[in-house]
Amino acid sequence: MKAFWFRYRQNRGAVIGLVILALVLLCAVAAPFLFPRSPWSMVQRPFLPPFTMDGLPLGTDALGRDVLSGLFHGARVSLLVGLVSTVVALAIGIPIGALAGYYGGLADDMLMRFTEFFQTIPSFALAIVLLAIFQPSLAYVILAIAIVSWPPVARLVRGEVLSLRHREFVEAATLSGQSNLAIILKQVLPNALPPIIVLASLMVATAILLESSLSFLGLGDPNVMSWGYMIGAARTVLRTAWWLSFIPGIAIVLTVLALNLIGEGLNDALNPRLRRRQS
Amino acid sequence: MTLLSVDDLSIALPKGADRELAVKDVSFTLEKGEILCIVGESGSGKSMSANALMGLLPEGVRSAGGTIMFGGRNLLDLSETEMLSLRGCEISMIFQEPLSALNPLMRIGDQIAEVFEAHDLLTPRTRRARALELLQEVGLPDPETTIRAYPFQLSGGQRQRVVIAMALALEPQILVADEPTTALDVTTQAQILDLIEELRRKRGMAVLFITHDFGVVADIADRVIVMQSGEVVEAGVADTVLLTPTHPYTRALLDAIPGLAFTGTPRAATEGKPILSVRDLSMTFRTRTSGFFAKPRVVRAVKDVSFDLQKGETIGIVGESGSGKSTLGRCLARLLTPEKGVVKIGGQDISHIKGRALHAHRRRIQMVFQDPFSSLNPRARIGTILTDGLIAYGSDKASARARAAELLTLVDLDPSAMERYPHEFSGGQRQRVGIARALALEPEVIIADEAVSALDVSIQAQVLDLLADLKDRLNLSMIFITHDLRVASQVCDRIIVMQRGEMVEFGPLVQVLGDPQTVYTQSLLDAIPGKAHEKALAAQKEAAL
Amino acid sequence: MLGFIAARLVKAVFILLAILVLNFVLIHAAPGDPAAVMAGEAGAADEKFLQDLRERFGLDQPFAMQLWTYMRGAVQLDLGYSYRQQMPVAELIWDRLPATLLLTATAFVISIVLGVTAGVLAAQAQGTWWDTLISAVALIFYATPLFWVALMASLLFSVVLGWLPGFGYQTIGANYTGLDRVLDVGKHLILPASTLGLFFTAIYMRMTRASMLEVSRLDFVKTARAKGLRNSVIQRRHVLRNALLPVITLAGLQAGQIVGGAVLTETVFAWPGIGRLMFEAISQRDYNVILGVFFISAAMVLLFNLVTDILYGIVDPRIRIAT
Repeated sequence: MKAFWFRYRQNRGAVIGLVILALVLLCAVAAPFLFPRSPWSMVQRPFLPPFTMDGLPLGTDALGRDVLSGLFHGARVSLLVGLVSTVVALAIGIPIGALAGYYGGLADDMLMRFTEFFQTIPSFALAIVLLAIFQPSLAYVILAIAIVSWPPVARLVRGEVLSLRHREFVEAATLSGQSNLAIILKQVLPNALPPIIVLASLMVATAILLESSLSFLGLGDPNVMSWGYMIGAARTVLRTAWWLSFIPGIAIVLTVLALNLIGEGLNDALNPRLRRRQS
Repeated sequence: MTLLSVDDLSIALPKGADRELAVKDVSFTLEKGEILCIVGESGSGKSMSANALMGLLPEGVRSAGGTIMFGGRNLLDLSETEMLSLRGCEISMIFQEPLSALNPLMRIGDQIAEVFEAHDLLTPRTRRARALELLQEVGLPDPETTIRAYPFQLSGGQRQRVVIAMALALEPQILVADEPTTALDVTTQAQILDLIEELRRKRGMAVLFITHDFGVVADIADRVIVMQSGEVVEAGVADTVLLTPTHPYTRALLDAIPGLAFTGTPRAATEGKPILSVRDLSMTFRTRTSGFFAKPRVVRAVKDVSFDLQKGETIGIVGESGSGKSTLGRCLARLLTPEKGVVKIGGQDISHIKGRALHAHRRRIQMVFQDPFSSLNPRARIGTILTDGLIAYGSDKASARARAAELLTLVDLDPSAMERYPHEFSGGQRQRVGIARALALEPEVIIADEAVSALDVSIQAQVLDLLADLKDRLNLSMIFITHDLRVASQVCDRIIVMQRGEMVEFGPLVQVLGDPQTVYTQSLLDAIPGKAHEKALAAQKEAAL
Repeated sequence: MLGFIAARLVKAVFILLAILVLNFVLIHAAPGDPAAVMAGEAGAADEKFLQDLRERFGLDQPFAMQLWTYMRGAVQLDLGYSYRQQMPVAELIWDRLPATLLLTATAFVISIVLGVTAGVLAAQAQGTWWDTLISAVALIFYATPLFWVALMASLLFSVVLGWLPGFGYQTIGANYTGLDRVLDVGKHLILPASTLGLFFTAIYMRMTRASMLEVSRLDFVKTARAKGLRNSVIQRRHVLRNALLPVITLAGLQAGQIVGGAVLTETVFAWPGIGRLMFEAISQRDYNVILGVFFISAAMVLLFNLVTDILYGIVDPRIRIAT
């Protein structure tokens, strides 16, 4: 663990990413305490520019809602959707990839055809279709994002399992009478974990981008305030109140950037061999 | 005439490596037309020295002192541009891995022509003609076809010939060969060594040959340098060094080389019921290709193999890569399900059983694997690795751990090893753990698949001794799979020779190695490097008596 | 090679059929009367129209029969009727498809050319400030939402600076012809295509850089150096060609994302393609149009994939000759 942190720390960007993410997390946790009022409620006259009134440092939007409050509550939604949809995608992708890679043959063929199908169809369009047909609620948004983002997990896990499957220690485990399930869980998957962790951190970032894009199109949960919705709502007033689109965008960029930086740091720390070869 | 002289060369490793200097104060000279071998085990710094000559040290590694004088200039002082005109022209180099040494996307002819292009020589048409000549010279059949082929269409030996052709293109004065035959089968190795020898004679070029194999040294070297942990420990004329080594390390290395020892009396084959009985075992692999109309590729890896293994006996299965020996081993251990045939252990046919029945009989055949680095789960402690099997067969944790400690003592490791992870051990120690694991379930038959092939020669001897000792003490019955006839001759009672999936010869060790019945076995025997040296050794011993 | 392409074609056809099945399942999984789903938001269509739909798609018949009817229609490119737009969906899409093809193909080319070039530059300057700069810019683009870049770009280049038109496909009412028309469309294309390509430029750049560095470590590069070849030749002839193989594969996989991203870009820039059509259909809950666009965009992705597969086959002799 110490060695892990030492290697992670070597990557300055990754440390910055961690700090940013910690701040965003802090905002998300603090939101209901700092802004107990609903972010949807009107607090002042509309289109109040930033830094013009005490107590409303970022001003108000077209309906007089507090932009800062929206940002804080939006952080909750972004992180929640990012994390939960990634967990769901891992829960779909890991078993499929592991089974395909471990058993090979027909099972592999069938499962990979299935995965390839989901990877070929334009994922964003599929997410739109799913949310257009089912009513957009937070649960469906998470589900739709998970459904379009599990294929890379399955492919990665399959590849890892496939290369581990014929390692001699796995064959030795077979010979020592362990069940297939025990071998997959105890011998194979622990060794496939590092790249999965790295991918997962990048998937959280992608999921946040996807959520904001869906909300921007008006396919988010109409009851939760999210960054994508804020930008979408301000789109028509871009010429007159550009900051309403600009500010939430910066929030998205910073959060996603932080997650990507963390992903790179994890990659360096978890695959030290690769790192050394690169430098 | 001295072509090249290396004086007090030191090469520094990047910070954080296991030692500061890869090579320390190395000096040697290379004369025109001679073959100089640098020999040593992994990590001895022999490859680094060779790379330094070419100015091709890996990133982060740099020379830290000394000179390399060639043609009146110190190579270490030359600029990159000056080195460029030297490389491939005055000094050429060939490498260990022929399979990856060629660009997979370029035709062979273009890759050879590139050498001329790099030095602005000849016109495109004459380059092609020269390439054809070179392919002819390195003994490739049908140069006209080869010149248009892509690397994936050639075998490993053919690719190494192409690499040699490229290295010879501009008639260099020095050829640096870094373990050029290590990745090749023994018969291919013999052919490539012959080729290098012949080209040296014809062209009078000097060869700096890096190897870990004293057999190869004995066959081709004029002079030899022995390196250990970055330092030269012995140097001299090949015959002198090989027959009368003065440094203890050289002596230890030479003693560790397994000889072809088939004079001893084999253990009397105990008559009676065999412990393992194999009949008509066959295995076929079908790989589907991605093309739509392409037929599946069918490889008959094992064809109709039959033999009996007696209790306490060791049968060696020898053959080159692709002979099906490993597939056979995996079929016997039921890591693969054979296509057809019978594998009886203690009267029970296990060749096609499944599920619960397979689980019940699985523990009766265990394996020792080749690669000490991939045969132990890097994320499990040694204790877990040794107890997993016992627990899967119903032991409770405490007694399994007690047994694991016992096993570690049996293979000369300290029981405290249980708490540690595989990466904390050396290759030889890991292989001991692998043997302990194979013994954990008290199997009736052990299959050792190239169990010592990945080890340095001194470690190899220790592990072979351990196996022989365990075999006697525990009265083990063993199938010993190897590509190395010398190793097989050390441990086996009987030998099966396999070629392209078929058993071409089977009999007692003395008979198969002393009086081979097939051309193929004879060619394997002929290809073993270092036989002349062994004869000389024997003569020396006789004279001493 | 022909067998390889044929195999890919067959696969593409199967995927298209599977998408049709998925569409059909989605219509039936949606809450409410399938006829109402097909017609658009409940209550928008009159009873007679719904009855027509039920008859035409045999909605009172067994499930398998319905699937058959649906598939038969779809295979003949009958993607249903948009009650909202009073037009067959296929016709709606057909009208808008060229604009989307133009946009996505341009974005695709921009992102590959820019991404690969930047990746090669970064890999060759590995470890220098130049590499750091390129990598940092790529990282930021990679983290930026497509629609937001589009908004900011139109704000800056169209509203503030007034350099480029910020919406539409051509200048309304200008009725240019010939070269003028091409230039006019080109001018309108710059912002949407480059913002759509930006995110993918970042991806290709990162991939090319990593792949170049990976290939640089392979044995044949060492062989090439031992020949005395100049580094620039080694990089171009040996490293780059091999490094591009995974990039080509990735390009095929990303094609789907580009087509999906078109919905966002076209929405922001009012580009009259199928993405914009989809956005309009979302707010009107015009399911036939949504599903139709989904189907056609999948077909476009398969087309892009086929092109990259063939490209791969041309570059890699192991596929060209061995299959």
